Amino acid sequence: MRRPVHVLLAFLTWQATPALAALDAKAVGQLASEDSEEKIAAIRQLVQGGDPTAQRVLQALGDDGLQLSGGKVVIVDGERVFDAVTGEELKPGLEGGEGISINNRVRRELTAALAALRLFDPDRGARLTAAQELTAGADLAMAPLLARALESEADGQIRQLLVLAHAQASLKAPDAATRLAAVRALRASGNPGVRGLLAALLDERAEPDARVRTEARASIATIEHRMAIGEIVGRVFSGLSLGSILLLAALGLAITYGVMGVINMAHGELLMVGAYSTFAVQTLFGRYLPRALDWYVVAAVPVAFVAAALVGIVIERTVIRFLYGRPLETLLATWGLSLVLIQSARTLFGAQNVGVANPSWMSGGIQVMANAVLPWNRIAIIAFSLGVLALVWLTMSHTRLGLFVRAVTQNRAMAGCVGVPTGRVDTLAFAVGAGLAGLGGVALSQIANVGPDMGQSYIVDSFMVVVLGGVGQLAGAALAALGLGVAAKFLEGLAGAVIAKIAVLAFIIIFIQKRPQGLFALKGRFLED
Amino acid sequence: MDDTPRTPGISRLLGVLPGTGRSALAAFGLVAFVLLPGLHLFTSGKSPLHVSDYVITVGGKVMCYAIVAVAMDLAWGYGGILSLGHGLFFALGGYAFGMYLMRSIGRDGVYQSDLPDFMVFLDWKELPWYWRGSDHVLWALALVVLVPVAIAFAFGFFAFRSRIKGVYFSIITQALTYAAMLLFFRNETGFGGNNGFTDFKRILGFPITAPATRVALFMLTAATLAAALLIGRSLVTSKFGRVLAAIRDAESRAMFLGYDPLWYKLFVWTFSAVLTAVAGALFVPQVGIINPSEMSPASSIEIAIWVAVGGRGTLVGAVVGAVLVNLAKSWFTMAFPEFWLFFLGLLFIVVTLLLPEGVVGLWRRLLRGRAPA
Amino acid sequence: MSPVRAPPPLHPDFHPEASIDAAGPGKLDPSHRVILYLEDITVSFDGFRALDRLTLYIDVGELRCIIGPNGAGKTTMMDVITGKTRPDSGTAFFGQTVDLTRMSEPEIARAGIGRKFQKPTVFERHTVFENLELAMKADKRARKTLFATLGDEARDRIADTLRLVRLASEAGRAAGLLSHGQKQWLEIGMLLVQEPKLLLLDEPVAGMTDEETDRTAELIVSLAGEHSLVVVEHDMAFVAQLGGKVTVLHEGSVLAEGKLESVQNDPRVVEVYLGR
Repeated sequence: MRRPVHVLLAFLTWQATPALAALDAKAVGQLASEDSEEKIAAIRQLVQGGDPTAQRVLQALGDDGLQLSGGKVVIVDGERVFDAVTGEELKPGLEGGEGISINNRVRRELTAALAALRLFDPDRGARLTAAQELTAGADLAMAPLLARALESEADGQIRQLLVLAHAQASLKAPDAATRLAAVRALRASGNPGVRGLLAALLDERAEPDARVRTEARASIATIEHRMAIGEIVGRVFSGLSLGSILLLAALGLAITYGVMGVINMAHGELLMVGAYSTFAVQTLFGRYLPRALDWYVVAAVPVAFVAAALVGIVIERTVIRFLYGRPLETLLATWGLSLVLIQSARTLFGAQNVGVANPSWMSGGIQVMANAVLPWNRIAIIAFSLGVLALVWLTMSHTRLGLFVRAVTQNRAMAGCVGVPTGRVDTLAFAVGAGLAGLGGVALSQIANVGPDMGQSYIVDSFMVVVLGGVGQLAGAALAALGLGVAAKFLEGLAGAVIAKIAVLAFIIIFIQKRPQGLFALKGRFLED
Repeated sequence: MDDTPRTPGISRLLGVLPGTGRSALAAFGLVAFVLLPGLHLFTSGKSPLHVSDYVITVGGKVMCYAIVAVAMDLAWGYGGILSLGHGLFFALGGYAFGMYLMRSIGRDGVYQSDLPDFMVFLDWKELPWYWRGSDHVLWALALVVLVPVAIAFAFGFFAFRSRIKGVYFSIITQALTYAAMLLFFRNETGFGGNNGFTDFKRILGFPITAPATRVALFMLTAATLAAALLIGRSLVTSKFGRVLAAIRDAESRAMFLGYDPLWYKLFVWTFSAVLTAVAGALFVPQVGIINPSEMSPASSIEIAIWVAVGGRGTLVGAVVGAVLVNLAKSWFTMAFPEFWLFFLGLLFIVVTLLLPEGVVGLWRRLLRGRAPA
Repeated sequence: MSPVRAPPPLHPDFHPEASIDAAGPGKLDPSHRVILYLEDITVSFDGFRALDRLTLYIDVGELRCIIGPNGAGKTTMMDVITGKTRPDSGTAFFGQTVDLTRMSEPEIARAGIGRKFQKPTVFERHTVFENLELAMKADKRARKTLFATLGDEARDRIADTLRLVRLASEAGRAAGLLSHGQKQWLEIGMLLVQEPKLLLLDEPVAGMTDEETDRTAELIVSLAGEHSLVVVEHDMAFVAQLGGKVTVLHEGSVLAEGKLESVQNDPRVVEVYLGR
């Protein structure tokens, strides 16, 4: 969705440069022809010139800004009018112009033509976009132009795309040798569209030359292999990003469960608190700091942590503290809290989902393969949760709080005896666990809907992470979260989302038969009673 | 201690009740079998004494919930096993009997096909294999019992054998019902997807909405509830019940005395699941619909709060809790729908914090307080 | 239940051919005067060796005291015998034929080993009478308890035990309301009605008054002969009261064994308790 805007921007900057050479007046005139064939021929001719100024005219044609006025083709831009051939502004303005309309066939041609023209744009981004557009389907007529663009192109990534586009265009060449070369060149593609293109060549009627057909078959096999790898990469990646959300949710749970033996059913709602905090920060930035809007996420991180931690402290001080040693009742009471939090969110923010947008630096992604794009928002989430994991690990292993938390996890009574303030540790650990859920909420707001019920859908999964990972074990939680995420995504590909979920649950139930204390069990006398 | 005379059958069952219990049971029987049915069937709609359809339906529904609460209390109150997945068994019972009700619609559905409407809608040509036999009521009733037994037994066996207990067990049962809900939401599963089963026409050939049918179902539910209470009572007052409670309170002590917790827990868990499924089967014809939302984690955990409100570890408490909470729910969702969740949430918190023994425990403490010490 | 497997022939009294004849598989066969064989038992928790090639024999009818500093492995040893902890290596046999390392806790209890915990553990919400009823030797499988009734003989036995442990007047009270010492007694009473061949007592007099301690010592001594007893204790005076053989555990294996006086004079034992 964003690409056309970029293109337009590139176009506008280019338009500011005044050096306009005159175009082929006959071809420009032909654009106003009633006949679509004529129009297409004119477009092709204008493109063949490779003249950047043609771009302005064609763009205007696409935007319904081209008019025929007194036998002259003019570009109308708001109040101002320019001569299409010379590019000079006409004064006085327009009187009684007649719009030049185009049908869909012409529009298709026009789009390809504009892309081809932008191949010569000085801006790398514009050229890249254009090349990408052209690989989606280039016509034989484009082949010479593409060859010319290839000659002048220095950028490796763009060159690769151009080679593909050129090969695609050449597939329609009458000369079998050209086609053969094209089929070979297309082997480098991982694009499902190219695969379809080549598949069409397998038919004897479409492709008379046997060598081309054999070669096409080989190319298809290579492409399919690459597509399969791309798919796996995509799966692993989305699995990792799901896993890292689960990790953020489960880290907090693992800490509170480890320290207090308490399952906090309102943990999912702490995610929600984090997500709504992100929404609130976004709204505030939108109102008071619109220029820094892109960085609202950064500000949301501490806000969400603190907001969720505060809610966590309130929960611990008012409810959980009084239910110590009664884990089943705690489970019910915290469920009650979750209902109250959900209804509060509904009352405060409405029952509908609220919109949290990705900052622009998080949109788009890295194209690692033709059918595998790694979106920036997910990369950011993975990096973020690994960072949080590292921070938590450092806190646990290198600070006094961490020492206390580990002591209370292993043996509460003994820790109390040697002077660990277990009550304060409980509150702090709960606050940290809740804060971590808040951070999970920030991450979640970037890839999922933010609504009052959002916490509910993650809670079962994050419990499973804790069950699988084992009590109070960071490494176990991390491995379990990422493993579950990846497994879920792979199974989803094989059998659909629901069956995947059921299979994962079944696996966990069987797994804990063998290892009731999770992946990394603390073994010893302490935990058995 | 155990003065139960060795007399057979119903008198032995009644023997487990204290005197007040016997009078309460008699009063309940009078209301459920004589008063309400009579006032519903034999008074005109205009009479001030008339008992409406609504009362009979809500009464039947709440009694189904009360049976579930008794089942839950047996597992949780006496066995210490907090299930957050009983909604699954309730729904399984409901679906098993619902299959029969769906088949009883015959060709009276919207599409006038032999197949249930949703199958026609999915363009299925014949019944899936697991629907075979569902037009026989006896088979449906067998499924109501056998399916929950199989699932509860298999799940419980593996869970209890590997000593999964406490909150671990609870959250795994929650995952279980959650997974089942996702499964039943799928159209391909063959149970009507989102919409589940509805638009029933008749049961055993009788029109399902006729007053006499309603009353019959109502009385059947009341009888089942009474039976559940009596059987539950005799279970918890038997040596089995004492061992069960001993395992709940000090599992390793019980093990070192030679009791294997696996079989005690498994029995009460499976029995509880079946009782819940029977309640589900009674629920469906009276309420007229069963869908996967009955398996949502939220509805399962609500069952626990009925028991907690009433007072766990007392069977009558479970019934009282189920009735109180569900009447409150009916009232709130009509009067202040937006506050129901607040109320329910606070109920969870307040009951666990301030009323660990529920209203029945409170009542008993008040009685003891007034009695001369 | 348990497979027929002879213990390794480390003990001088071991005669494999005799053991099979004497009792069927899974039945206690206390021939050869030895009721408990622990041989080369090793248990480690995360690299820490709680028991290190522990070898110990208890004779039929013997009263044995186990002493040792904290962390010597006394409780872990009890855990291995009662099936709570599986040894990493080594063998544990009850009599000639019962392989304890392959049985669950309830199976071991039914085979005839009773255990009293360090912290008194009774069913606090049950009455004293019910505690004894549940402990009483009977068929303890779930389906048998559904319709079980308590016979007159069993009631008499409970009444006798209540008198023995001086809780007759508390029979109807909830066990949770008893004093600490009374709970200890109730637990001992529960062990008695369980009729085990071998009793494991973990610090049975902790929290008792001197008078209660004396009575407990008397009771334990009177039980020896008919039962075999293993008593873990810190209180040397109490150990002296009991008499009998003493085993000193240290770092998971046997340091010394013999009469209390000789053990107390053993320089290695003195070093462990006082030195370093």
